Amino acid sequence: MSHDWYSDFVNSGFGRAVAGNVGLPPVPKLRRWEPGQPLLSGAALLGTATADGRVAKIVRAVLADAGVEVHEDPAAPIGGGSSSSKVAAAIVDATGLSSPRDLAAIQQFLTPVMRRVGPSGRILVIGDVPAQAERPAVRAARRSLEGLVRSAAKEARYGATVNLVHVADGAENDIESTLRFFLSSRSAFVDGQRLDVGTVPGYAGSSAGTDWDHPITGKVAVVTGAARGIGRTVAQTLARDGATVVAVDIPAAGDALAHTANDVGGTALQLDITGAGAGEAILEHCRRHGGVDIVVHNAGITRDKLLANQDTDRWNSVIDVNLNAQLAINDVLLASGDDDGFHRGGRIVTVSSMAGIAGNRGQTSYGASKAGVIGLVEATAPLLADKDATINAVAPGFIETAMTAAMPVGTREAGRRLSSLTQGGLPVDVAETIAWFAQGASYAINGQVLRVDGQNYLGA
Amino acid sequence: MASPRRAAVVGANRIPFARSNGAYARASNQDMLTAALDGLVARFGLTEERMGEVVAGAVLKHSRDFNLTREAVLGSRLSAATPTYDVQQACGTGLEAAILIANKIALGQLEVGIAGGVDTTSDAPIAVNDDLREVLLEANRAKSTAGIVKALAGLRPGQLVPEIPANREPRTGMAMGEHAAITAAHWGIERTAQDELTARSHQNLAKAYDAGFFDDLMTPFLGLTKDNNLRADSTAEKLGKLKPVFFPAGGDKTEATMTAGNSTPLTDGAATVLLASDEWAAERGLPVLAHIVDAETAAVDYVHGDEGLLMAPAYAVPRMLERNGLTLQDFDFYEIHEAFASTVLATLAAWESPQFCKERLGLDAPLGSIDREKLNVHGSSLAAGHPFAATGARIVPTLAKILHENGGGRGLISICAAGGQGVVAILEA
Repeated sequence: MSHDWYSDFVNSGFGRAVAGNVGLPPVPKLRRWEPGQPLLSGAALLGTATADGRVAKIVRAVLADAGVEVHEDPAAPIGGGSSSSKVAAAIVDATGLSSPRDLAAIQQFLTPVMRRVGPSGRILVIGDVPAQAERPAVRAARRSLEGLVRSAAKEARYGATVNLVHVADGAENDIESTLRFFLSSRSAFVDGQRLDVGTVPGYAGSSAGTDWDHPITGKVAVVTGAARGIGRTVAQTLARDGATVVAVDIPAAGDALAHTANDVGGTALQLDITGAGAGEAILEHCRRHGGVDIVVHNAGITRDKLLANQDTDRWNSVIDVNLNAQLAINDVLLASGDDDGFHRGGRIVTVSSMAGIAGNRGQTSYGASKAGVIGLVEATAPLLADKDATINAVAPGFIETAMTAAMPVGTREAGRRLSSLTQGGLPVDVAETIAWFAQGASYAINGQVLRVDGQNYLGA
Repeated sequence: MASPRRAAVVGANRIPFARSNGAYARASNQDMLTAALDGLVARFGLTEERMGEVVAGAVLKHSRDFNLTREAVLGSRLSAATPTYDVQQACGTGLEAAILIANKIALGQLEVGIAGGVDTTSDAPIAVNDDLREVLLEANRAKSTAGIVKALAGLRPGQLVPEIPANREPRTGMAMGEHAAITAAHWGIERTAQDELTARSHQNLAKAYDAGFFDDLMTPFLGLTKDNNLRADSTAEKLGKLKPVFFPAGGDKTEATMTAGNSTPLTDGAATVLLASDEWAAERGLPVLAHIVDAETAAVDYVHGDEGLLMAPAYAVPRMLERNGLTLQDFDFYEIHEAFASTVLATLAAWESPQFCKERLGLDAPLGSIDREKLNVHGSSLAAGHPFAATGARIVPTLAKILHENGGGRGLISICAAGGQGVVAILEA
């Protein structure tokens, strides 16, 4: 991983003074999650846009359960402090909008909030699903939230994030894991994003009784590409959250894979996922654990070439590993029995990429494969609903890995700074998002693609 | 006596074998054995688990490695509460270690154990020569400064020549290859037959790699992902061009048949195999590849007698067959360690010889021939290489997996060893 010297400099005493004088962008140190950490480091503000809001109640209940002090007047003093004292989070129940005029209430709530949210603070706007509105004025109002949130995210400072959650009609009681993710430091590098909850019908599950420090205790999780990089961190994070991890990678990476498996107390499966029977081999290995609950399709390769210089062998190798292997393994998972195969209530999490959303020069094959992953997620989600299972994707932006360390300095610095959080993310940021999708409590999240990119300006 | 239970071969891990002074030139026996153990731990989720025992050994060992296996376990991810001991039976070490574990499992003294072996000819121990050693020990025993000075006065330049371990029999001063050359000449083993067997070993091993056979038997080490002695494009014609390197003492040099191609190279590597009771495997949902049914060892007098150094398995196998009521043809697969291609062929020739079987084995009829298509079907030591003590721990899981993939069957393992010894075993699935 390449060291971020710029961040060190602007966070030093001298550097901070220089940066302030010449207008260099600051690089906030992001709060990241560790077991036992409280949901929020301070009080929260809760605003409601209309009298018809339907999520404030559950938000209140979750915050109360997490021991968070909640206030409603964004301009009132908190505790012994002043009216400008910091808060850790602000949540807006923006459901029930009937016209764009209702947006003013949100503006009135958030305007003082923008100056009150502390370092690594959280602003979370919760709205209705636009597509579920028939009247143009209602849908327009609901859709407006996305522009508001994405813009506010670019204004927020000191590592604070602003995100939007759409809650489908009737899903208001199914958002606990989502609230906890976006409010906690698990979502440190998720900024300016939108997530829909309850949009794939027929979901089933419960968050009751979840141990939020170890939310996937007792689950069996397969992670492909686990020898190194993000995959290794995913394995560690899932193990930290309570899962038994089956670490998968190609036989040639077996020594690093063994390290990962032994580090997390799991098992190593040396397997070429593009080979015939790879899905069956994964299930066969998992039988020793009684089946599998979580599959993380993390394995991916790049064979970058300008399209003008592309050749089909390179092209196919990228499509095979990044896309076809996932499709084939998913087919096996879907066809397997609940008992010792892919369990009812299982979770598939796959890795897309910013390149699959915005495109990247030299990455036509990679971009195609990662955009394909999004199509895969969208089409597989309703199929999995029959098994009470879900599939979602994370789309990492600039993440500090060996791959980004190999970039030219200019490209690397642009990747880091041209984002709302003015830094690259860490593998653990991707892993935290995957681990949240993998929770049993995330039963109502299906078919979603979430960018973990600090609101990178590329293709935002 | 009630028949004891049979130990199950659950799985294995080895590191790729490397030709001497190559990829593992700077790796010690402890490094390699630890890596092999850690790969096994990862494959079967044994982190911090206490094994009943880990038994392993090395043929070439530094004096500091007196507790080699224990040190390797302490450096591995296994529980530090795992007891160990070292064994050494030359090239039979790995198989003997497996037999020792299997027997304790059979008796109910162990539920699970790991057998293994490791050897390096690159990081070989070099000792001071005996003259110098005596001087230094004398100085150490001296009680006064004057005594030390007097002892050290015995130092001579010639004493600085170190003792480097050599692949020689101490009692004959002959290299193992020279012994094997005598045996080859005795049995009239032809050069072409040796080269054909060698080419088949390479081709079979290469095919096994291509089929992913070793994906769950091996973990890469120090950048190596395959045995680097393997020549997938090896043919008898190419091997036929090599010059002989081993000659029968006093024999006709023009009739020498043994080359660097049809003899195993000096090799570095380590192998481990996980053995357990069926119950232990079932509790963990782990497969049973095969069971270790029986084993036998034999030794021959190659010093004063006229038997070949590496012919002991020819004696061990019939004893084991008789005890089990089996014939040599009652096997679906044969794993005969390829110390030299000529050793395999001489052993098979001996079993086919009415004279040998009658005079040496005391049998009315010869054991007969075997179906050569069942021999070393995924290659053996000529292709993979032969880190002495590791070979048995390579062969046991290889045969076990072959039997498992075959859907059952019986297999024979035969390993010859220095000192005129042999270790053989029967596996069934």
